[in-house]
Amino acid sequence: MKVLSIDISKCTGCRACEYACSFKHTGTFNRWDSRISISQFLEDFVFIPTVCTQCEEAYCVNVCPTGALSKNYETGVVEFDSNKCIVCKQCTMACPWGSIKLNHTAKEIIKCDLCGGDPECVKVCHVGALEFTEVEDMVMDKRFRSATRLKESVMGV
Amino acid sequence: MLKGGYVGKILRINLSENKISVEDINEKWAEDFVGGRGYGTRLFMKEVDPQVDPLSEENKLILATGPLGSTYAPSSGRIMVITKGPLNGAIACSNSGGHFAADLKRTGFDFMVIEGKAEKPVYISIYKGNIEIRDATELWGKTTKETDKILRSLTHPEAGTLEIGPAAEKLSLISNITFDGHRAAGRTGVGAVLGSKNLKGISAFGTGSITVSDNERFAKAVYNARDILSKDAFSGSGGATYGTALLVNVINGVGGLPAFNGHDAFLETADKISGETLTKEYLIRAEGCDSCPITCGRVTEIRKGRYKGNKGVGPEYESIWALGAMCGVDDMDAVVMANYICDDYGFDTISAGSTIACAMDLFETGYIPEGDIGFPLRFKDSNALVNAMKLMAEQSTDFGKLLAKGSYRLAEHYGHPEFSMTSKKQEFPAYDPRAIKGIGLEYATSNRGACHVRGYTIAVEVLGDGDKNTYEGKAELTKTLQDLTAALDSTGICLFTTFGLKGKEIAELFASATGLECDEQEFMKKGERIWNLEKIFNIKAGFTKEDDRLPERMEKEPIKSGPSKGEITDLGKMLPEYYKSRGWDENGIPTPEKLKELGLEGIL
Repeated sequence: MKVLSIDISKCTGCRACEYACSFKHTGTFNRWDSRISISQFLEDFVFIPTVCTQCEEAYCVNVCPTGALSKNYETGVVEFDSNKCIVCKQCTMACPWGSIKLNHTAKEIIKCDLCGGDPECVKVCHVGALEFTEVEDMVMDKRFRSATRLKESVMGV
Repeated sequence: MLKGGYVGKILRINLSENKISVEDINEKWAEDFVGGRGYGTRLFMKEVDPQVDPLSEENKLILATGPLGSTYAPSSGRIMVITKGPLNGAIACSNSGGHFAADLKRTGFDFMVIEGKAEKPVYISIYKGNIEIRDATELWGKTTKETDKILRSLTHPEAGTLEIGPAAEKLSLISNITFDGHRAAGRTGVGAVLGSKNLKGISAFGTGSITVSDNERFAKAVYNARDILSKDAFSGSGGATYGTALLVNVINGVGGLPAFNGHDAFLETADKISGETLTKEYLIRAEGCDSCPITCGRVTEIRKGRYKGNKGVGPEYESIWALGAMCGVDDMDAVVMANYICDDYGFDTISAGSTIACAMDLFETGYIPEGDIGFPLRFKDSNALVNAMKLMAEQSTDFGKLLAKGSYRLAEHYGHPEFSMTSKKQEFPAYDPRAIKGIGLEYATSNRGACHVRGYTIAVEVLGDGDKNTYEGKAELTKTLQDLTAALDSTGICLFTTFGLKGKEIAELFASATGLECDEQEFMKKGERIWNLEKIFNIKAGFTKEDDRLPERMEKEPIKSGPSKGEITDLGKMLPEYYKSRGWDENGIPTPEKLKELGLEGIL
């Protein structure tokens, strides 16, 4: 199963992913319609991308009263059917990350659908902060990168 | 009817009358002058008398975005500032990267016109549909970084901000306008215009959408452009790894790095202040402007020595040159520190560094008594550099006040204006016109005073396959690049995209976004129209052929050392041909035929 993997240390805060996501899903450019969000902390020059990580046991699915949200165990995606949604906003409160959101009109729920397996945001992330990778690779890579940093500090490099 | 790219509205703030109003944009002007720099200049010329005192209530300042802003077109975060520049009284288009252009467009405006003068310090809050002029007494005196932080705390944590620092409050002629606390529209002293109007800052937060004319065609044009940029040596990797400072060793390597206030064009120890050194010893991370794949922005810190613990952004190549090589200083800690002081107080680093270099030169020649300064201000002395920078920043002594006026006023005050390395009173940047001939023509003819980014001939003369030593073909080269850049600046994308993109790709981005059909030839024509428009403003402001010149040192004093040792330049070998290729008369005045061809008849 592939997931959107985020390397915070590589994000330069350029927002191209937000524009690409919004354009793909709505046909217009609006960062508030993007499923992925870049929070900029300019005093410290830290940029934090947040996006739905397609939970296995998703709180949003559990609280949804109409079945608009459901987990597809084949693709891994937490799917959203806007036709069934009554915009009660319970999902936005249940998500610990704020990754299910309201769009710019504050009248529609939006969430990442991985663009059906070909995420647009990854295509414009030239620095490699966003990748579409197998989930086990992402976790393994992360563990090895951390270990590499520890190794360097141990060796005093 | 405009089909995309533009939001279609202009926000007008009259600070004298405390009045806020909204207007539609002029569709014909959008087609003729694109947006950003071009449209802004057209609007400015309709409203402001070119003879006006830049620091008077009658001068206006226009913030202008381009039709490609707030989209995923590569590097589309440019914001343009159009006003009559306080440094020299010429038409100023000073511009900056960052995210403010996108934030402004999301509030529903392509342009913002600031006019009049507030009675006391104010800031403007644009929050979704609510626009307010608010008291900023408490903010006056704060640095740019502090102001940015406070503005966001007073409005919204994710708002974009514009601010001026203490330099502009005190009307320094080399003060900048800062965006989001760390990006700057640096040149021509535009900050002082806001200082004179008592406008400390702007906060912009909006949730509006930007549409384009043809979604499929635009997406194709964007991905094509991004693909081309990813393959270029600078925009693909060099910019992200080393930033613009990559150029220090490159330009010094060809003997084109002006040093010791232009007595030389080579610094033996330049590697100590190079991009490689910056990356290795100071860089924390790269930072990207809105939608930018190049990410040349530097987030840095000083990790050792007497300035240890200071953090900031940059320095850029030009800043390293001005505060470093031009002053003969190769101590990177001091260069980075002086750069941080410029940023915090809101000074243009090019003019600030070159002004200190000029002061060093005047001091060493014996024209400035030590008593005026308070300490010996010698070339190579990094402590003296930082101390002079502090004098300029505080403006609490007569000499500090003089420094803040730029090198021309400083040198003139001491009776030797020839010591000022300026064209039209603006300090020239980091490429020596004796070693690289075409850039001298660009400095002399640039509508805003000496400048490298009106027509970056370096891309051809040094980084491309051109011959930097010849005068031949430089007139045509300069004209072509000036026209291309004028149009490009008006779309809202960054000049650095031209490391990969040609007029054809940029015209396609513009046409697919706006629905205003435009091929490369037509795009260049728009650029030429904008260039002539700016020129007309300058003529009306009183500029003549006599102002299209280089500092006499560049034509008389040979380079002392390095690969270009012995070189001088002769502007006279390029200027008449340049006027001719522009369709101007021998005095550099656009002919009636040329103006008719460009649809500018009746405007001169």
